[in-house]
Amino acid sequence: MADGDELMAVDEGHVACGGDWDGRWNHLKKFLERSGPFTLPDFEPGTEALSGFRNIHVVDMDTIDISNLNRQFLFRSKDVGRPKAEVAAEFVNSRVPGCNVTPHCQKIQDFDESFYRKFHIIVCGLDSVIARRWMNGMLISLLNYENGVVDQSTIIPLIDGGTEGFKGNARVILPGMTACIDCTLELYPPQINFPMCTIASMPRLPEHCIEFARILQWPKEEPFGDGVSLDGDNPEHIQWVFMKAQERASEFNITGVTYRLTQGVVKRVIPAVASTNAVIAAACATEAFKIATSAYVTLNNYLVFSDVDGLYTYTFEAERKENCSACSQVPQDLQFSSSAKLQDVLQYLTESTSLQMKSPAITTTLQGKNKTLYLQVINIKRSLVFSFSLSPSVLVSLTGAELGLADGQELAVADVTTPQTVLFKLNFTS
Amino acid sequence: GMAANKAAKEQKYDRQLRLWGDHGQEALENAHVCLVNATATGTEILKNLVLPGIGAFTIVDGHKVSGEDVGNNFFLSTNSIGKNRAQAATELLQELNSDVSGNFVEEVRAAGSTCLRLGAVLWNAEVPFLVCRTYGLVGCMRLVVREHTVVESHPDNALEDLRLDQPFTELKNHIDSYDLDSMEKKDHSHTPWIIIVAKFLEKWYSEHNFQMPKNYKEKEAFRELLRQGILKNENGAPEDEENFDEAIKNVNTALNATKISSTVEDIFSCDLCDNITAQTPAFWVMARAVRDFVRDDGNGILPVRGTIPDMIADSEKFIKLQNVYREKALQDASVVSKHVESLLQSVGKVCPPGYLLIMKFFKCVFIISGKNAAFLRVVRCRSLEEEYSIESVNKDEITSCMDNPDSEMVLYLMLRSIDRFYQQHSHYPGVYDYQVEEDISRLKVCVNSLLQEYGLSVSVKDDYIHEFCRCGSAEPHTVAAFLGGCAAQEAIKIITQQFVPFNNTFIYNAMTQTSATFQL
Repeated sequence: MADGDELMAVDEGHVACGGDWDGRWNHLKKFLERSGPFTLPDFEPGTEALSGFRNIHVVDMDTIDISNLNRQFLFRSKDVGRPKAEVAAEFVNSRVPGCNVTPHCQKIQDFDESFYRKFHIIVCGLDSVIARRWMNGMLISLLNYENGVVDQSTIIPLIDGGTEGFKGNARVILPGMTACIDCTLELYPPQINFPMCTIASMPRLPEHCIEFARILQWPKEEPFGDGVSLDGDNPEHIQWVFMKAQERASEFNITGVTYRLTQGVVKRVIPAVASTNAVIAAACATEAFKIATSAYVTLNNYLVFSDVDGLYTYTFEAERKENCSACSQVPQDLQFSSSAKLQDVLQYLTESTSLQMKSPAITTTLQGKNKTLYLQVINIKRSLVFSFSLSPSVLVSLTGAELGLADGQELAVADVTTPQTVLFKLNFTS
Repeated sequence: GMAANKAAKEQKYDRQLRLWGDHGQEALENAHVCLVNATATGTEILKNLVLPGIGAFTIVDGHKVSGEDVGNNFFLSTNSIGKNRAQAATELLQELNSDVSGNFVEEVRAAGSTCLRLGAVLWNAEVPFLVCRTYGLVGCMRLVVREHTVVESHPDNALEDLRLDQPFTELKNHIDSYDLDSMEKKDHSHTPWIIIVAKFLEKWYSEHNFQMPKNYKEKEAFRELLRQGILKNENGAPEDEENFDEAIKNVNTALNATKISSTVEDIFSCDLCDNITAQTPAFWVMARAVRDFVRDDGNGILPVRGTIPDMIADSEKFIKLQNVYREKALQDASVVSKHVESLLQSVGKVCPPGYLLIMKFFKCVFIISGKNAAFLRVVRCRSLEEEYSIESVNKDEITSCMDNPDSEMVLYLMLRSIDRFYQQHSHYPGVYDYQVEEDISRLKVCVNSLLQEYGLSVSVKDDYIHEFCRCGSAEPHTVAAFLGGCAAQEAIKIITQQFVPFNNTFIYNAMTQTSATFQL
C-alpha cells in the first residue's frame, strides 16, 4: 500500500456540483436511495449523499521510487523523485472530476489534534506498527468522556490496512468502543533479528554475512566518510555491503549472497504486488463507504486475506483489552520491588509484549517540580542537562528510593508509539 | 539501451521478483491476456496484470462508453463518453506500463448465453477462462481450466526433508564422522541438532528393535534421552546447550517417516504420466521422470530436496551438513534428468542442444525434481457445461452448504437466478426504481424455478431476493476492485505455474467481508 494516510471528509447536503454528468451516480444511487434488508436502522435513503467522497487529505512523507511502480498505480516513471502525496493528489483530481484531494508531504506526527479533529474518517496504509500506534493514540486522545462513557460524537473511525506479499489484513477501529491497535499488539510480533554472536563469529546463512557487513564492518570502516550512515536507497552503499558480504561468505564457504538479497536484508524489504494491495485497499474503501452511508453493517472488525493457495479470508471480532495502555482509560500499574532499578522499569517498558515501547522518556513530579528520570541520548555530541546532574548510565542503576520515588508515584512516559504521554502508577511490592 | 532497460525493469519489478523469481517474470512477459468487456471489474483486473508487466493484452468490447460507465470505472474518463469502450480503456490501461502492449477489438456483444458458448470454445482450445462479475456487494469468480499443472506451489508450512528415518549413504557417513562423547564443550554445543537427533536415534534403535519412536510416550522418552545427552558442569548441573534444546523441540517433526504424499501419488498414477508421447507437456514428462526415479533409484522415495533449516551450529559444521544434502539433491536431479532424456528419446524428441539450453533445461529439472517434487499440484476444474447441466450439477455441494442459509452459496444461487431473470425479461431485476417492487416477486419465481429444475431442496431467504433487486445490477467500484485483485493473481498463477489456483468458484460478500470457494 502507499505508505500514507487518507483522511476523508464526506460532503453533506449538497446537490450535485459542477463536474457531474448524466448517469455518473447510477451505480451508487441504488445503495443510497433505496433501503434494503441489510441496511442499518439509521440509514436514510436520499439524494443528498450523492456526491461521494469529495474532500480527501493525503499525508505521506515519502517520495516516489522506481520500485513503487509495480503496484502504486497513481505514479509513473516520470514521477520518480517527486513527493507521493503531491502526485497522488494531482492524478486523482485530474481523473475524478469534482474530487478535491489535498496533499501533505509530511509525517503523520507533524500534525496535532487540531488537524485530525476535522475528519470524518481516517484510512491508514502505513508501513510500520509504530506509526499505526501513533495514529491510534491520536484518535484516542480526541475522545471526550462524560461520567466514564465516551461521547460518540468525538469518535473518528479508523480503517487500517496492511499487506505482505500475498497476505493482507483490513480492520475497522472505533476508538474507545472497539479493539484498538494496542489492544491487539500480539497480532504484530516484534521483528526477529539474528543473534550478534552468530553474526560476529558463526555465520551460516548469506543473511548473516550481509548483517556482518552492515552492523559491524560499516561503522568500523566508514567507507563513505566519517559519520556517513548506511543509506539503503543508495546503490553504492548496497554494492559495498554486497561485496563485503561476499568476502565474508567465501571465508566460510557460504553460498547465496546476491545483490538482491543484500538489498532485501539491508532495507528490510517486504515483497509486494499490485493484486494483494488492490484487495486490501478495496476492502478498506468498502468500509469507508459503509461508515459514511450506513448502507450496510461495518466490518466487525478484522479481516485476514491470503491467496497463496486458492483464496482464503477469515473475519473475526478482535476483542478489547481490559487494561489496554492506549484505550482503556485505566491507569497503568507498574509493580516493582523497592530494590528494583530504573533500568528494570525501562526494560519492562520496552520488552513487555503489551507495551513494546521503543525509546521511552520518563518524567515525574518531585517536590512540586517536573524531573526527567530518563531520556535516551542519541547524539552524544549534544549536551543535555539532567535533573539529577547525573549521566543516564548512572541514573538507570539507581533504585526508586535513591531517586526519591515514593510508593504510588505517577510516572509520565513519552514514546514514539503514542502521541500522548502514558501515565503509570508505581507500586512497590516489598 | 538494452542493458539499461533490463536494469530499470529489475528495479521496477524488484518487489514482485522476490515472490515469483526471474523465471516467473519471464513467463508473465510472454503472456497475452484477453479481456472481454471493459467493465469496472474488467479494467481493475487488467490494471493488476499490466502493472506487473504481462507481455500483452487485448480488450474485446462492443459497447460505447456511457456516463454511467465513467461513474464507476477508473480507466474511463468523460472524454471517453461515446467512444468504443475497448478503445478508451486500452488507452488508459496502456499508460500504466510502457513495457506492455495493449490493443482492442470492437466486437458487438451477442445477448444471453455468450459466456457458456465462449466457455465451450475455450474448453476445446484448452485456453484457461476466468469469468468474473460484480453484482451489487457481491463478487464472483469462476475458473475454467481443464488441467492446470503447478510446478512451484510454494507451500506455506512445508515439513523439512531430512531423511532421518532412512539416511542416504552420504548422510550416514557424515553422521558417523561425529563422536559426540569425545567432543569438547565448544564443539558439542555447536553440533547441528540434525546430527544429535541422528546419533541418539541410533542409540534408540539398538534398544528398541530398530523401530522409530512412534507415539507420544515414545517421543517423550526419546526427548528425555536427548536431555540426558546435554553436557553437565562440574556440579552435575546441565550446561546451556541451545542446539540440544533445538533437537528436543524438533523431535515431533524430525522423526516422521519419509513418504510420498497422496497428492503426488495421484499425479504419478495419472494417464498422462503413464503414456508419454511426443505431444506430452513438459510437466508430465518431468513427473514421469520423477516417478521412474522413485521406482528405479529412490527406493520408493522422491529425490532429495536438498535444503535444511538454519540451526545453532558453528559455520563449518553447518555448511558441511548442508552440502551433504545439497550434493545429494544435485545427484538425484541429475538422475532424474537422465530419465527425462531417455523418455524424450523414446518418443523421438531430441534433448535441447547447446550448453545454455542444457543448463536452462537442467535448472528446470532441478526446480521440479529437487525443491518441488513433493509439492507438485494439478488443478482440474469442471467445465461450465458440467456445472450447468442437470445431470452433473453438484447437488451435494449446494445443498450441504445451504444448511447454513446465509452461506455464500445463497449468493451463487442468486447470481444464477438473476441470469435466469435476464433470459426471461431482457433486463436485470430492479434496474429502475419503478421496477423494484414488481421484480422482487418475479425474481422469486426465477429462484424457485431454478431450485426446482435442479432438484435442490433448499430455501432462499427473502432478504437475499430483496437485496438482489435493490442493487439493480449496480457494480460498485470498491467491490469490483476487490475482485480485480483476486482475479489478477489467479491469472498470474496460471501464467507462471507458481502458487495454486482456486477450484473453481469464489464468492466474495462485501456486506459481511467474507468469502468462500466452492467446487461446482
